[in-house]
This record gives sequence, structure tokens and C-alpha cells, in this order.
Amino acid sequence: MEIFAWLHSLPPIWVYLLIPLAPLAGALVAGLGGWALRERAHWAPILGVAFALYLSIFVLLEVLHGVSFYGNVYTWAVFGNLPVHIGFDIDSLTAVMLVVVTFVSLCVHIYTIGYMHGDPGYARFFSYIALFTFSMLMLVMANNFLQLFFGWEAVGLVSYLLIGFWFTRESANQAALKAFLVNRVGDFGFLIGIAAIYHYCGSLDYRTVFASVPGLIGQTVTILPGHPWSVLTWIALLLFIGAMGKSAQVPLHVWLPESMEGPTPISALIHAATMVTAGIFMVSRMSPIYEQSATALSVVLIIGAITALFMGLIGLVQNDIKRIIAYSTLSQLGYMTAALGASAFSAAIFHLMTHAFFKALLFLAAGSVIHAMENEQDIRKMGGLRRHMPITYLTFLVGALALSGIPPFAGFFSKDLIIEAVGDSSMVGAHFAYLLLVLGALVTALYTFRMFFLVFHGKQRMDEHTRAHLHESPWVITAPLIALAIPSLLAGWFFVAPVGLGDFLDSSLQIRAQWNTVAEIASHWQGAGVFLLHGLQSWPFWLAILGIALAVWFYLLHDGVPAGLSTLLAPATWVLRKKYGFDAFNQWVFVRGALLFGRRFWHWGDESLIDGAMVNGSARMVARAALSWRRLQTGYIYHYAFVMIIGLVLFMTYFMIWRG
Amino acid sequence: MYSFGILSAAIWVPIVGGFLVLALGDRAGGNLARWASLLVSVATFAITLPLLTGFDTQTASMQFVERIPWIPSFHIEYFLGIDGISLWFILLTSFLTVLVVISSWRNVSSRLSQYLAAFLIMDGLMIGVFCALDAILFYVFWEAMLIPMFLIIGVWGGPRRVYATIKFFLYTFLGSVLMLVAFLYLYFHCGDSFSLLAFQRTPLGTSAQTWIFLAFLIAFAVKIPMWPVHTWLPDAHVEAPTAGSVILAAVMLKMGAYGFLRLSLPITPDASHQLAWLMITLSLIAIVYIALIAVVQKDMKKLIAYSSIAHMGYVTLGFFVFTQTAVEGAIIQMLSHGFVSAAMFLCVGVLYDRMHTREIEAYGGVANVMPIFASLMMLFAMGNVGLPGTSGFVGEFMVVLGTYQAYPWPAIIAATGLITGAAYTLWLFKRVLFGGIVHAQVAALNDLNGREILVLGSLAGLVLLLGVWPAPFLDVVHVSVAHLLQQVSVSKIPS
Repeated sequence: MEIFAWLHSLPPIWVYLLIPLAPLAGALVAGLGGWALRERAHWAPILGVAFALYLSIFVLLEVLHGVSFYGNVYTWAVFGNLPVHIGFDIDSLTAVMLVVVTFVSLCVHIYTIGYMHGDPGYARFFSYIALFTFSMLMLVMANNFLQLFFGWEAVGLVSYLLIGFWFTRESANQAALKAFLVNRVGDFGFLIGIAAIYHYCGSLDYRTVFASVPGLIGQTVTILPGHPWSVLTWIALLLFIGAMGKSAQVPLHVWLPESMEGPTPISALIHAATMVTAGIFMVSRMSPIYEQSATALSVVLIIGAITALFMGLIGLVQNDIKRIIAYSTLSQLGYMTAALGASAFSAAIFHLMTHAFFKALLFLAAGSVIHAMENEQDIRKMGGLRRHMPITYLTFLVGALALSGIPPFAGFFSKDLIIEAVGDSSMVGAHFAYLLLVLGALVTALYTFRMFFLVFHGKQRMDEHTRAHLHESPWVITAPLIALAIPSLLAGWFFVAPVGLGDFLDSSLQIRAQWNTVAEIASHWQGAGVFLLHGLQSWPFWLAILGIALAVWFYLLHDGVPAGLSTLLAPATWVLRKKYGFDAFNQWVFVRGALLFGRRFWHWGDESLIDGAMVNGSARMVARAALSWRRLQTGYIYHYAFVMIIGLVLFMTYFMIWRG
Repeated sequence: MYSFGILSAAIWVPIVGGFLVLALGDRAGGNLARWASLLVSVATFAITLPLLTGFDTQTASMQFVERIPWIPSFHIEYFLGIDGISLWFILLTSFLTVLVVISSWRNVSSRLSQYLAAFLIMDGLMIGVFCALDAILFYVFWEAMLIPMFLIIGVWGGPRRVYATIKFFLYTFLGSVLMLVAFLYLYFHCGDSFSLLAFQRTPLGTSAQTWIFLAFLIAFAVKIPMWPVHTWLPDAHVEAPTAGSVILAAVMLKMGAYGFLRLSLPITPDASHQLAWLMITLSLIAIVYIALIAVVQKDMKKLIAYSSIAHMGYVTLGFFVFTQTAVEGAIIQMLSHGFVSAAMFLCVGVLYDRMHTREIEAYGGVANVMPIFASLMMLFAMGNVGLPGTSGFVGEFMVVLGTYQAYPWPAIIAATGLITGAAYTLWLFKRVLFGGIVHAQVAALNDLNGREILVLGSLAGLVLLLGVWPAPFLDVVHVSVAHLLQQVSVSKIPS
């Protein structure tokens, strides 16, 4: 295309380098110049991210023409004899991620102009989200584990900074700390996994590592005495612990709902569309390793399916609009993870992509609602908003239909493909997972439309003052909604054939023929139309319709039903309201445990035992034995210096006499 | 080989300069002493720079060697030289002394010239430790550098300074006496030489190696400090003035670790291997036990002091798994800890100068009024947490990777530091910087002044540089570490 022509004259590495560096430059300008720029600080980050999007589209087009790149930028360090580089691996998987990340990021950047208007941290916010974009791009472009880990931790840092963005709020600070620490638990596994890779493969470079994977088949490692494990299973599970942290899989999911303390734009960008999908991306990137371990894949499958259903169920009893969407994100990430476990990597990436669009849309639309409601987030105090905010209403509806998996919206294609793939999978636990995922379809539609109806339909339950000020949001907010609604509507139809079912991602993935369920499905239903027709005859679709119907019945027609049901099912709702007790467990065992041990070690170990008995005890003994010692402890430091010099002289004298 | 005497200059310029500053006294309101100290410290730093530019990274033998007889009747020599292991610490010392002088510009109220002189003299003595190759010379520097530090804590310290100084004195003095005994044994054993290089070459039987190793261990473990001889450090830090804490944490703790590399490993390789389990265990206790203690601290300086001990646990762990990656990582960790702990103590100093308390509870919401300070401290906190892109990551990453190569379990236990390190650092950060302003004193705080920005900013630059591009830092140490590991792998037990 014409507008990309000049890029061909640049060395490829420059193009790739500019993709992360453009947002970084924007972040630096906004961060360092923020005090002077104030509410003009958005220009540099927006230009940087827009330029990155432009380059990403170029890279995607190039990849479609068969261009790929694998090379290093500079040598980060040499470990012994092994050089570790910063470099790029540009292939179809990376190209998809680049476009998704930069597109959603740009939408969020523009939206933020309206959303954060008037906030004293305006420039800081833009600096952070541009920095986030840089980190995420470094993560997806990495060609080695070091850079992957760098991006991995850097997105975690920015997530921490943004959750705690309003740092005067105690709840935000608490949520930020929790997010960082829970992610660190995942990173702990991830780091050990990288250490194991370094040990067994002697490299951190993707290609070298993948090339040495076949040589590791059959090798075992004994971590617990008497239980030899396959080395590859061990590595795959360790890496997956990292993915569980970042992609918020049970039991490391606890941080994501609380991350909603952050401003809404970042909930869309970081905690829905991009960062939380890093784990999905990482496992897909590591498909050569995962495909060598049926055990690891089964674990991934089951964890994903559990997350998909049980986190969705919590969404049913939440009343905070952002938390409902957050639980739906957990659930959808569970779907993606389950797809990974079924070796349906392309389905996972496809869902990652459609989910990025419709979930970012839902969050931004929710932000528009919150904005209009003057920061009210409780859906019980909303209602009837459709008359006041038509654009928000319609775009939210698009997002809700996509999330519920109603054809022809984007989410339908990707979610149905995942459920089909898991249904066809021969992995241990696949039947169980299939059941959970199918039930999840019902739950998803129910909580989504519960929220939708309570917010936009029915009686207006807000106070008079708020009602009087209801208004549609300005164009900087609605334009990104429309921009995201389009792919939420169309991305499934257009991309199911190439990305989901087709061979576009094949060059980035390695899948064993006998586990390749997606190829199996693709051979039956070629093309979007056939796939859609098939979907209309399958369980998930009808369960989603049932879910919407139930929502209509509960929240539009008979609004007494939900209250009656929750009384009827009191124990179940209690469990859901307590979120299965994960938070209480963590608080009691880990937080209190750490504090308890810390205090015990300090007071008993350091103060009583070491200082009390050993140090001061011996000092007392010496003092008792010799009065001169007591006189020494006068505190006149010159005395000590003097004593030392005397000591030195004595030593010399002794030496001379003895030697002489 | 005699080359120009850069090392002598690096040792004696600050010492002589320190005495000159002492002679100048507090005339002209101390300005004379300030500028003279700055001049001396910058000159010392400038003198040490050619060590880096002229350093040959391809050889493991000692460079910039100076060797002249000192007390010939006992074969004591004035013997100096550096290799890739010591180079960075000399630069670190001379660089931090400049920062310390700048940071002490206004906040010392009494006896300023003596205070600055103590730091200058200590600068020279510490550089002396890092380049001494004669055991007695090493011992003299090792002991002598403590005197200025005792004075700094004992004279300019906090209310419990006497207790802290005595504890510090008892610990370190008892530790180093045993090292002297080991030196004497080695002197007679290898036939009348105090040269550390001769010590490294001399064959030693198993039991001799074990005793010498243990003697060194006590001396070095106290200095690092390792669990369970660490309890002097929190007290010393709490009572020390800011600059004292900076030097103590950033340079003095490295002395013990340096001692392991220069003395223990090459002189007693067999004992090092035999007792590696002990060292690894003590290191892991430091990483786990100390980190948990750090979580519950109420005093900022104590918290950072405990955090230092936990970070030094990675260093000793890295040494005693004997893989190239781990040992190099440990050295980088030492260097990084030099930057990060110095910066963290300076940050506490910034707050202390304004509020005169180190209690975490007295703060809260500082970021509201000191945004520049908060941003810089955030960076250092991330360095302390070991986030990639900061210096703190490089060493921990390499140590964990290198440890895993030798033993998976210790690597796994060490990696828990990832979680606990984040817990105590970010919780501290949250309580001090974030939240609303509760105390009126906090509301009145002023953000950093130019001098503080200069000091913290230069450390921030180094933290980022070492994190983003550690290659040049590592290039210097490769050959020396390979040589060291080769020495350690060959048994010295006479057959």
C-alpha cells in the first residue's frame, strides 16, 4: 500500500525497533514534561502509539506476504560464555498481538483524554499507559526469555502503578500491592521455569531452546525424592504458574477483581485486553514445549475450565459494574486457557483477539456510564440509561452480545471454536472441561444481560441530582467505543477462517498431529458461513439464548424473581458472595502467616536468642569476668581506636620476640 | 611490573586530603571544608577512572601492580593490584564518597570538617582493602577503615549510638582477630610470605583448610553480615547518620563478600567445597528468615538494613554454588546493592532531614507533596525488588539461574525472595508515600532540592544503566571469575 511504501526503504530492524520505542518516547515526554504540558500531555503518547499502530499494520501486512524476522538488537549481557540478547521474533503470532495491542491502546489513549480530564494526574496517567504499551510490545516481540521476563515484569509494574493511580485511596493502594504480590507468586514459578530452561537447554534464546526440546524428551528430573518427572512437564508447569499469575487463573486470580480500583481506561487496556492475555500469548509461544507434555496440557485445560465457569458464577452476584466485567474477564481468560490445554492455540489467540475488542469496548462503555453517573458504579442505582446515552447503549449492547457468544458477533466464533476444540480433545480431563465450558456459556449470557438490563433498562433508580445530569459522553469517549464496536461485530466473521481455523498462525505454533483438534474442526467446517450455521445447532448457542431469556425474565419482566431465588439458594449465593473463600484463606494463611513468622523471628530469633543470649550475654559474661571491660564500655570511641592500636603494637612485639 | 602508582594515589590522596580537611577545620562556616572535601573526593574518583579505561579484560592476572618491601624482616610488602573482581568496588567506593560529600553539604550541624574528613580517610582505606595483595596490608586497611566508621556512628549517631558502636566493635573485632590468626598460620606455612597470591598457591591439608576457612568465615560473615551474626547491622544503621549508612551498606558490607572471593575460595578451595552446604544454608536462611523480619519492621532504616542482609544472601549463595553465572551474578548483585542500598538510605535521609523521624507510621501520603522524590524512590524500590530493567534484577536473575544449574532446591528457595522482597519494599513504599496526608508535618514537606536531585538522580542513572545494559559491567569480571573458578576446582590437598 501507498502509505507504507517508504517503510520498505528502512532496514527492517529499524521498523521493529520503532514500534516499542515510539510509545516509550511518548511516555518519557509525558512523564518528564508533564509538569509543563499538563492537559496537553496526551499528544506525545497518542502520536507515539498511533505511529506504533501504523507500523504494526505494516508489519502484519508484511507477515501476510511471508516476511518474518528473527534477530538481535544488542547483547544485553554475557553469562559466562553465553550471550543474552535483546531481540525480536516477528512472525504471525507477534504480528497479530502487535496490531491488537496498539489498536486497543490507541483507542484507550484517545478515550482517556475525555475520561481523565481535570484529574491532577493527567500527564502521569498518559506517561504510564504509554509506558505500558512499550512494555507489552517488548513482551510480544521478544525472541528470548530474558526479554519476555522483562516485558512480563514491566507490564506488571505499570499495572501496579495504575491500579494504585489514585494513591490517596487506601483501597486502591491495597489492591495495587495485592496485584503485585500475587503476580510475583506467578513470576516466582516463571523464574524457576526460566532457570530450568537455562539449565537444560543452555540458552535463553527461543529458537535454540525449541531446537533442544526434542533432546529433552524422556529426560527426567527428581524434585521430590522418589518422584521422577519429565523435564519438559516440569518446565511447562513452572512457566504456566507464571501464566496463572498474569492471566489470573484460579487460584492466582484474586488480584484481578480488585484491580478495578484503577481508573477505567486501564481496566480496559491492561486488565482486559492486553496484559492479562500475556499468559495466553506466552503459552502459545511456548507450544513446542507444551506439546511435549500431556500432563502439563491437562493441567492447563482443567485450570482454565474451572476458572471459566466458577469465576463466571461469581459475576452473577456482583453489583459493581466494573467487577462484573472483571469476573467475566476471568471467565473468558479461563476459556482461552482451556483452549491452550486442548492444543487449540489458534483458537485461544483468536479469542484473545476478539475478546480484546469486545471487552475493551465493554469496559470503556462502562466507564462512559460511570462518568455519566458521577462515579457511581453500583448497577442497583442505575437503570433506564438507554434514553440518555444512545451511543454508549448501542455499543455496550454490541459488546454484550459478543461476550455472550451470539452470532454473528465476534465472540461467538472464537468461543464456539474453543468449546468445539475442547469437546474434540482427547486430553485427560477434556470431558470435564467441556461440561464446564458449555455451562459457562449460560452463565456468561446471564450475568452479562443482568448487568445490561439493570444499567440501561427498567426504572431509573438513581437520585434526582444524578438523573438531572445524565448525558451522553463527549466524542473523545464515544469515538473509541464506535471504533471498538466495529471489530467486536465483524472480527469473528472475517478472521475465523484465517486466524481461528486457518493456517495463518501455523508458522508460530507447533502442534502434534494427533492433538490438533482445530485442524480436525477446520476440515469439517470450512469458512465463516458454515461455521456459523454449525454453531446455531450447538449447545453453547442455545444456552446463551437461554441465559439472555432468563435475564429478560428476571430483570425486565418479573423483578421479584432474583431476590426470591437468592433467598431460595442462600447457601450458594453466600459461597459466591464470599468468592469461594480465596481471599479469606490468603489473608489468614499467607498475610497473617508472614507477619506472624516475621514477628516471631524478629523478637524470638534476633532479639532474644541471638542478641539476648549470645551477643549481650557474652558481653555480660566478659564484663562480669573483668572489670576492665566495663570501663572499656564508656562509649569514648577514641578508647577503642587506642585499644586497637595497642593491639597492633602488641601483635608486632610478640611477633618480633617470637620470631627473634 | 610497576605501573605509575594509580592505586597508591587512589588510596593516599583521600587520606592525605582527609587530614588536610581536618586541619582546615570549620572555618568560614565549614564552607572551606565542604569545597575541599568535594575537591578531594572528585579528584579520587578521577584518579580511579583510568583503572577502568586502562583495564585489560583479557587477563586474569593482577593489574596496576605496585610491590615494594614494607617491613622486610617479616617479608611484609606494600603490595597492591587489582583484577576484574576488585575493579568495580574501587570505583563504587570512590564514586559514592563523592555523593556522600555532596549529600552531607548542609545536614551535619556539628564538627563538619571532622565528619567529612572521616569519610575521606575511610574512602582511601576502603580502596586499600580492595587492592591490597599482602595479608598484613590487607589486615591493616581492614581494621583501620573501621575506626572512621566507629567515629561516624559514635560521634554523629543517634541516641543509642554507644550501644550500636560497641556492638559493631565487638562483632567485627572478634571476627577479624581470627582472620589475623589464619594469616599468621599461612605465613609460616608457605615459607615467610604474606602475599595473598602465595597463599593462594600454597598446598594445604584438609584440616588446615577447614580451620582457615572457618576463621575467614567468621571474619567475613560478620562483615556481610550473614545470619546469625547479623544483629549488629540493624542497630548500626539505625544509629548511623545517613552518609554513614550509605557507606556501611554500599561498601563495607561488600568487604566480607570480597574476602570470600579473594581469600576463602582460592586459599581453601577444598574446604569451600566441603562446607558449601553450610554457606548455602546460611544464605538461604538470610533470604527467607531475614526477609520475613524485614516485613514487620516499623523503622524505615531497620527495614532497609534487614533488606540488605537478605540481598547479601544472594551474594553468598552465588559464591558457593561455583557456577560462572552464579558467581558473576553475585558480583553484579554486590555492585547493584551498592547503588540501590545507598539510594534507599539516602531517600530515608531525605525524609529524616525534614521530619527527624524514621518511624514509618509518622509518614503517609508523602507522594502528594514530594512527587519528584516519590518517582525516584519508586525507581529504587523497584531496584530493591529486583525488577527487570533495574540493576537489582541482573544479579538475582543470574544467581538463581546459576544456582539452579548446580542445585534446583536452593534456587527455588532463593527465588521466594522475589515475593518477600516485593512485600516488604512495596509495603514500606505504600505506607510512606501513598495514601492521604494524615500528619500536618507531612503536608509541610518540600520536594527535593537541586543537590538531592543530583545525588539521587546519578544513582538512578546507574541503577537503570546496569539494568538495561549490564554487558560492560560483566565483561570486566568474566576472565577473573573464570580464573577463580578454575582455582577453586583444583584440589590443594597435598597428595
